Amino acid sequence: MAVNKVYPDAVAALAGVIRDGMTIMAGGFGLCGIPTVLIEAIRASGARDLTFVSNNAGVDDGGLGVLLQSRQVRKMISSYVGENKIFAEQYLAGELEIEFNPQGTLAERIRAGGAGIPAFFTKTGVGTVIAEGKEVREFDGEKYVMERGLRAELAIIHAWKADPEGNLVYRKTARNFNPMMATAAAVTVVEVEELVPLGSFDPDHIVTPGIFVNRIVKLDSVVKRIEQRTVRKRVAA
Amino acid sequence: MAWTREQMAARAAQELKDGFYVNLGIGIPTLVANYIPEGISVQLHSENGMLGTGPFPFEGEEDADVINAGKQTVTELPSTSYVDSASSFAMVRGGHINLSILGALQVAENGDLANWMIPGKMVKGMGGAMDLVAGVKRVVVLMEHTAGGKPKLLHRCTLPLTGAGVVDMVVTDLAVFDVDRRGGGMTLLELAPWVTLAALRAVTEADFAVAPALKAA
Repeated sequence: MAVNKVYPDAVAALAGVIRDGMTIMAGGFGLCGIPTVLIEAIRASGARDLTFVSNNAGVDDGGLGVLLQSRQVRKMISSYVGENKIFAEQYLAGELEIEFNPQGTLAERIRAGGAGIPAFFTKTGVGTVIAEGKEVREFDGEKYVMERGLRAELAIIHAWKADPEGNLVYRKTARNFNPMMATAAAVTVVEVEELVPLGSFDPDHIVTPGIFVNRIVKLDSVVKRIEQRTVRKRVAA
Repeated sequence: MAWTREQMAARAAQELKDGFYVNLGIGIPTLVANYIPEGISVQLHSENGMLGTGPFPFEGEEDADVINAGKQTVTELPSTSYVDSASSFAMVRGGHINLSILGALQVAENGDLANWMIPGKMVKGMGGAMDLVAGVKRVVVLMEHTAGGKPKLLHRCTLPLTGAGVVDMVVTDLAVFDVDRRGGGMTLLELAPWVTLAALRAVTEADFAVAPALKAA
């Protein structure tokens, strides 16, 4: 029987892959391009002591913030967590661990992990606390710090469109961390705004090929929140 | 008389050159986009994966999928491209971005920069700042000269560093300094109107030389 990657809903798509204490990558930058419905399904699963690799930690009532509310997160590997009061409270109470990574280092660790590269050297963080305890080596007269590739047991990501093979395209800045995370986990589950028939995409335009995608959920409705709504006035011509 | 935030931004904008790819930090550096000199073309980089970042949208035209690194709604330009975060930081870490203009808590005379954490306060994270200062060819700091009356230009930073030996220029509300991040050492290039050298030294811990052109003035 042919492999079917398309699942009826988020709960079904995550069935059998969630367990307590696991490490999960979650795509998105702020609230842009986050897998909102898959996060809700993880909340419903009740899984605890989770480690999340995600650039941010959501806001109090959105993104990964909903899993902080329900106290399902033990550790975050992130570059910036500034928008979340619950995060601050749990961190200061010692209930939550945080490992800060420079954003480019985080992105590259995930890319490397997905490409089978166990470690790499970068200038980012040399001479700072980030380099403490890590190998520093000189190449061509410049110092570089060694960072490790990063993998996870599960990646949950958001894409704009998928075909049934799992080929994906993203929309504008909602791409961010999603494509790298798709490559770096044992199981990758994607939520998509549109499911299109095979052959709909120009193969030249596919961003994430289906080899990196295991399970697909088509969203019934898509709600996108804006964190910082900024506009300019129309000037009369 | 100290420069205003707008005047500081306008001064920093003079560092832009035609054809530059530029990353602007959050806060005063964002204002630099309003002072791009006539006749030159620059592309603004947002590290969340947008190159060629346009102005804020008109009301009602906001798109949740088009944001800058400050998570603000922005717009597309004809030149815009979107990339994933690893490719976006390859532009930064690979030395393809010509200029980064960012804020700071402290800058030292050896070019060290601190702008991401204050011990004892909740740490929010460094975001992309460590990548930017390590990878971008030229780093200009735009900041108030003092904080709570205390100097921010120091012999050595006391706060945890964002980068060691990374700053090329500092623009404050009182003065403009060149920083030799390889050899170490700061040189005063410009003073705000009516600010005397003695008054500047009184609020600056870092040692600095005075540019010959300024001495002659």
